[in-house]
Amino acid sequence: MILESLAVDPAQLAVHTGWELKPEGACKGDRCIPLPREDDDGSIAAPVLAERLGMALVADEEHRLWALGPESGGRALLSAQLPDLELPDRNGRPFSLRSLRGTKVVMIAWASW
Amino acid sequence: MWQELRAELHPRGVELVTVALDTGGADAAGRWIDAAKPEHPSLIDEAHSLDALLGINNVPMGVWIDEQGTLVRPPETALPGRVVYSEMLAKRGIPPDLPPLMLETLAEASKIRVKPKRYAAALRDWAARGPDSPHALAPEEVIARSRPRPPEASEAAAHFELGQHLHRGGELDAARKHFRAAHRLDPGNWTYKRQAWSIEDPLQGPSEHYDSYWLADVRASGPENYYPLPDL
Repeated sequence: MILESLAVDPAQLAVHTGWELKPEGACKGDRCIPLPREDDDGSIAAPVLAERLGMALVADEEHRLWALGPESGGRALLSAQLPDLELPDRNGRPFSLRSLRGTKVVMIAWASW
Repeated sequence: MWQELRAELHPRGVELVTVALDTGGADAAGRWIDAAKPEHPSLIDEAHSLDALLGINNVPMGVWIDEQGTLVRPPETALPGRVVYSEMLAKRGIPPDLPPLMLETLAEASKIRVKPKRYAAALRDWAARGPDSPHALAPEEVIARSRPRPPEASEAAAHFELGQHLHRGGELDAARKHFRAAHRLDPGNWTYKRQAWSIEDPLQGPSEHYDSYWLADVRASGPENYYPLPDL
């Protein structure tokens, strides 16, 4: 998740990482990690997320940018529930995987390279 | 090839979704999608978000998702019953007038171990039997079979994302520094390597900017290990 400041917007955190802020802490699937209260503006400090969730926080000081990596210390999947995923088609129209609930789906990653 | 399988399985309740992991977005992946004229959702993941969300680390890889949105198979090598380049090589052989790097690359690629028919057969079985298929795994098994993610992999993902962001902003020199860090920290992640190498050379050949390239890395790790065979 790319950051232009160390104050993380919870809505963006959920979109990019699948971690949602709830009263019990940061939650993904069945797992919740307690967090200190958000700052007054509703944001949460990136270093706190990095420490509590095992996310790498990498800085590019020249460009005043940071990136939060995914949670670590276990497996790539914390839960078997597919995170909410919305991606564009080749014309830029967003498509939500959630719209296929009720159907079996095989999702294949490929690349032009 | 995927469309042939989709045409067979869609009437049996299985939808295909393809996702192009391409930093170049529609400019890079669009012409391939246009040529395929897909009837299924054909999406583009410019940010490589599937790498971080699911643990995708090469292509092609697939996941199976049941009617409730639960993964019943983790990311694994996914081939649709037939492999076009293998069929072409078997039928026509390797054209001798290709550049030396391409000749060597094709020769090495021909040693990559794949079992495409087995994957397609398993998919057909799941389409027919749903959760009673032995190939549909319990949630805890899906999680256990997903890729390990040590702290170095998280750091690699952060570097790769910074690299992509800077590359999209036209800062290729700055991007390369992060791509090199991602390669060093997560050497088994082919998407990080192949995406970055392809920016320098479509054939992913040697470049002054990286210590390695596709052919050298495949030789070093062994072509038989390039696509781990799914446990089906």
